Amino acid sequence: MAIPLIYNFRSVKSRWTSAIVAVVGIGGTVGVFVAMLSLARGFKATLVSSGSEDNAIIMRAGATSEMTGGVTIDTLKVIQDEPGIARGADGPLVTAEVVLVAPIPLISTGTDANVEVRGVSKNVLEIRKNIKIVEGRMFTPGLTELVVGKNATVSYAGLTLGNTISLGSMRWKIVGIFDAGGSAFDSDVWGDAHLIGPAFNRPDIFFQSITVHLTSPAAFQQLKDAATTDPRLNVDVTREIDYYSKQSRRLTTLITVLGGLVASVMAIGAVFGALNTMYSAVAERGREIATMRALGFGGPSVVFSFVVEALFIAFVGGLVGCISVLPLNGLTTGAMNLQTFSHVAFAFRITPELLVKGLVFALSMGLVGGFLPALRAATMPVATALREL
Amino acid sequence: MKFSRLILANLFRKKIRLLLTVGSFAIALFLFTFLAVVRSAFSRGTELAGADRLVVINRVGLINTMPLAYGDKIRQIQGVKFATHNNWFGGVYQDEKNFFPQFVIDPENQRQVMTEMRVPDDQWKTFMGDRQGAIAGRNLANRFHWKVGDRIPLQNALYGPTKTWEFNLDGIYTNDKEGGDESQFWLQWNYFYENVPAVMKGQAGWWVLKMDSPDDAVRVGRTIDSTFANSSWETKTETESAFQAGFAKQLGNIQLLITTIGSVVFFTLLLITGNTMAISIRERTGELAVLKAIGYSGRFVLFFVLAESLVIALFGGLIGLGLAILAIPVVGANLNGLMPPLLLSATALGMGVVLAVFVGVASGLLPGIGAMRLRVVDALRRV
Repeated sequence: MAIPLIYNFRSVKSRWTSAIVAVVGIGGTVGVFVAMLSLARGFKATLVSSGSEDNAIIMRAGATSEMTGGVTIDTLKVIQDEPGIARGADGPLVTAEVVLVAPIPLISTGTDANVEVRGVSKNVLEIRKNIKIVEGRMFTPGLTELVVGKNATVSYAGLTLGNTISLGSMRWKIVGIFDAGGSAFDSDVWGDAHLIGPAFNRPDIFFQSITVHLTSPAAFQQLKDAATTDPRLNVDVTREIDYYSKQSRRLTTLITVLGGLVASVMAIGAVFGALNTMYSAVAERGREIATMRALGFGGPSVVFSFVVEALFIAFVGGLVGCISVLPLNGLTTGAMNLQTFSHVAFAFRITPELLVKGLVFALSMGLVGGFLPALRAATMPVATALREL
Repeated sequence: MKFSRLILANLFRKKIRLLLTVGSFAIALFLFTFLAVVRSAFSRGTELAGADRLVVINRVGLINTMPLAYGDKIRQIQGVKFATHNNWFGGVYQDEKNFFPQFVIDPENQRQVMTEMRVPDDQWKTFMGDRQGAIAGRNLANRFHWKVGDRIPLQNALYGPTKTWEFNLDGIYTNDKEGGDESQFWLQWNYFYENVPAVMKGQAGWWVLKMDSPDDAVRVGRTIDSTFANSSWETKTETESAFQAGFAKQLGNIQLLITTIGSVVFFTLLLITGNTMAISIRERTGELAVLKAIGYSGRFVLFFVLAESLVIALFGGLIGLGLAILAIPVVGANLNGLMPPLLLSATALGMGVVLAVFVGVASGLLPGIGAMRLRVVDALRRV
């Protein structure tokens, strides 16, 4: 026969101090766990959403990131005629880009951050279709005008609409703000590739990467085969989405390893806490338990009852942990991408799935912390326990 | 001490509880030490930066270069003792994930500027005479099991088509400062210079210079920047620590993050242990009352409770620190290349012990004072 659940609720209520301690212990652990994972996820999501399925990025063979890549204008001319590339109103959808970093002060600390400055072709918005100008207009090719990402305009000093700033050897007017849907481009500053290069003493015939819009995601293989077998070319072709997920790897690994380690060690501590709470609950209730057993409740139902109690405490702890980190969701923070050394703004991303994971984590701590004490409660000899003072 | 047996007997009254409480302490201290070590790893660059060193970079941005001829002009400025020009090499050893910083150095001046990075004289001599020579930090050499005399190929796509550059490891440098950087790879300026495209010849990435006196930093910095003002390559000069701090700040608020996590962790565990301590005293109210009834003073009872919690705290704390000493090198080895090396300092260990004592006293104090104030009659009457 099962022991009524109301017994567990009442007993938690009467021992609320130690119950609260266990709740806080488990809540703290779950909070740290969810926060670390959401940070790693937010960073990854930001970079991965920068890439798209039907774009391909072309860099010199062996280049590990755009910063180290380099393609000449001759390569660009050959690429434009390769198969699989979509065409727009004025020619193939190809953007040859100059990528570099320039120091611009962070508004928050006043110290310089390496902001990614990207010189793009004029038809870039047809290639990166998820990017929209939300204020002002696109830059005019041939003029020293810039458009900036929506995170860049709030993170870095002076990047406001209508303002004029110095970058490299030229003065630039900011004419538009674009929304890149939370991707890494939101931290970018864009201008005409033919002006950005020379402003930073780079020859006009030299680019870091070429991004092309494919006729369909399936056309990727066709383009890759053509470009890698073409004797005039020495390039790597990568699907844009793959390129960006690889870019996020180092920082994501770092956060996941550190966070995972802290959360798992902390979980052991929380389980110890839960064990202690439950053991003393069992010890204090020796006579109660013996009375129940004497009344005819079997060993298994006593075990079940105590495990339920521990799970209840753990569940509340998990909820507390999840709710307390929920305000972090959407909070924007900045970090340096360890692969390109450029500064990227990204947001903590707490998904329902992550919250469920946190709760499961809490419940498993409860299960581990409740089972052994429950077993002891069930195996206590009834006669001695009843005689105990 | 004549009461030590009583204390011990009480400690071992509930073995499981003792084990769990000591375990909680051990974990709290382990996490504390670990987070302290991670935190200091991220800020170490700033702390260890030479006070008498300045870094000169192109005002336009770190990745832009400057004419090599600036070096002579910089050396002429009063207050500058030595200056070395460096460049970023950016090669890949076997796989991208084996990242480490590679600097093309000015062999004439590097050792005079980076005085804390020591290379044995005979190794340095070989390096000077070897065009394809290279010097690696001790940490880096250990990471890839390199020995002096090894041939090291690095793939590089930065300067023209990808090609493999071969180096002879002529020496290994160690850093005099505890926890100082030992992960760099130095290569010869001339070898680099010969193999890069014409547009890059005659250009240097940055200068590091050593001053006669650290107090001169502001004046020297300003003089350098004004010397090159209005040229095509304007400079930005800052102290080495400001330069490093700029990098560290961009890594995000890692310090804040770690401090927050650390306090959450610590507070949580403190609560758990404090509570256990309180429970174990509460259970013994009757016994404590008996002690008082047979003549022991309130103060003695307080001391008695405190001693017990202190023993648990110290014991648990020492186990935690022991775990940290064992685990940190292993974790550090796994994170090598992702972040600066983890280094367990004596300060962190000392802080840990102090903290353990503090938590031990704090968690014993409340129940102890309760026991001290206990009225014997009430306590004995309670069942």
